[in-house]
Amino acid sequence: MTEAPVLPRPIVSARTPAVTEPSGPSARRPRTVRVAAGLLFPVLSLAGALVLWSAVSWFVLSPERQFLLPPPNRVLTQSLLDWKHLSPMLEALAVTARVALVGFVVAVLVGVGTGVLMSRAKWIERIVYPYAVVLQVIPILAIVPLIGLWFGYGMTARTLVCVLIAAFPIITNTHFGLQSVDRGLHELFTLGRASRWDRLVKLELRAALPAVLTGIRTASGLVVVGAIIGDMFFAKGEPGIGTLLDVFRSRLQSEDLIAAIVIASLFGVAVFSAFGILSRLLVGSWHASGHKS
Amino acid sequence: MRLADTTQDVDARRLTHDVAIAFSTVVKRFDTGTVALDGIDLDVHRGDFVAVVGPSGCGKSTLLRMAAGLERPTDGSVALATDSVGFIFQEPTLLPWRTVRANVELSAELGRGDAAVRRARAAEAIAAVGLDGFADQLPRSLSGGMKMRVSLARALTLAPEVMLLDEPFGALDELTRLDMQVELHSLYSRKGFTSMFITHSVSEAVYLANRVVVMTARPGRIASVIDIDFPHPRSPELRFDPKYTEYVAQISNSLHGSTR
Repeated sequence: MTEAPVLPRPIVSARTPAVTEPSGPSARRPRTVRVAAGLLFPVLSLAGALVLWSAVSWFVLSPERQFLLPPPNRVLTQSLLDWKHLSPMLEALAVTARVALVGFVVAVLVGVGTGVLMSRAKWIERIVYPYAVVLQVIPILAIVPLIGLWFGYGMTARTLVCVLIAAFPIITNTHFGLQSVDRGLHELFTLGRASRWDRLVKLELRAALPAVLTGIRTASGLVVVGAIIGDMFFAKGEPGIGTLLDVFRSRLQSEDLIAAIVIASLFGVAVFSAFGILSRLLVGSWHASGHKS
Repeated sequence: MRLADTTQDVDARRLTHDVAIAFSTVVKRFDTGTVALDGIDLDVHRGDFVAVVGPSGCGKSTLLRMAAGLERPTDGSVALATDSVGFIFQEPTLLPWRTVRANVELSAELGRGDAAVRRARAAEAIAAVGLDGFADQLPRSLSGGMKMRVSLARALTLAPEVMLLDEPFGALDELTRLDMQVELHSLYSRKGFTSMFITHSVSEAVYLANRVVVMTARPGRIASVIDIDFPHPRSPELRFDPKYTEYVAQISNSLHGSTR
């Protein structure tokens, strides 16, 4: 084994031309090109997933078992693009969305309220926090039967599932946000002889807003999950998208089943993204959390 | 958090008509047993500008925070002759979601003042610190010196009789720091508030103060009090005066003598 002679590397000298290229490769490109470049990989990965999905449908599953995973084009033509199939799903989605919205509003009120209450005194925190944690660690499916027994198998129970699943991140984030208010700012309000109310509204809640919004955003994703679970277990009243999922499953309508899953997922993503935008609008001008997507 | 009642156990005899802040044998012992301040006696006269210099950990900030009511002495008493107090923190301590104007209006807002009066005073204070064109900016777009100006303006809106300043320019670069000293001096000359100013910088203390209090560390005691015999208003060129250098040397010696 012969080693190549180590050549002296050229050192930067006065004759080495200075680097004049812009440092960021994307810095000078037109905006459209940058947007296209940003979309390239997500689009490629989606295409790849669809190809893989089709491959499994066509080549892995035998024709009589293809109902387990119908190919994407059939989901599209026989369900998503067929108004007779699509319209009941959208109606059901509207029902689910309404439950999710009510549950969400209640969760925000309860969550922020509890967070504020906990930050008022250590003893309140000690009393309340363990129950908040229990709420979080008990699998929602484990208390679903109880909810049904107590509140019936209709809209109330569905909404309650949403609240239970979504309140925790709001409680903890509100509490955390209120606790991490800068000490100097607190002293400023002390020196100004601020009332408790002014301190809460003008300092604590404002300073905690980025954290509260983070909690709310997490909750917005969870509340959709909660509403669908609620649909599945509490079938009284108008059918939600979760109700349909269960119906499609039992009838082996797998095109519709997958279409409903796609619709429910898109809804969840849309809600989550909307809160990302909201939080940027509300605190982006002064807080870094508003800049992250 | 509640303000300490500075009027409790006051040795009221010391609060005569010309004393604005009276420290009477103030002792501060921390829970750890460390004695931060060991029997401080100090009168700050009305209209006076007193600078307190000392090594880190000598309790000088604690002394100031007691005057503001943010901390209470373990023993002894601190008395203020007035309720009208402005406090300037080491950090600008601005609400990041409020514009310069809204930040400056805060102290008046908490005091339930009339909204129109509040706005007028805030505008006046913003002009007084030279931030006219920046009233609608958020703090994040301002430099460190400008943020400190906002902090000064906020304290000025209440037209305080006593101004307590806790190393306000410590985090600024040297040039900005000199500018801010001139700014503060000019405000003091125009408004005539009583000032107690904590600093690490001997030169800053000599430029601004009528009296410089030198403190020792662990336990914090007053080593010497030096009168600075320069008339007001003082020009920035004062710093090149041989007498100025002499004062700086005298105070530095006192400081170093105290740490040895």
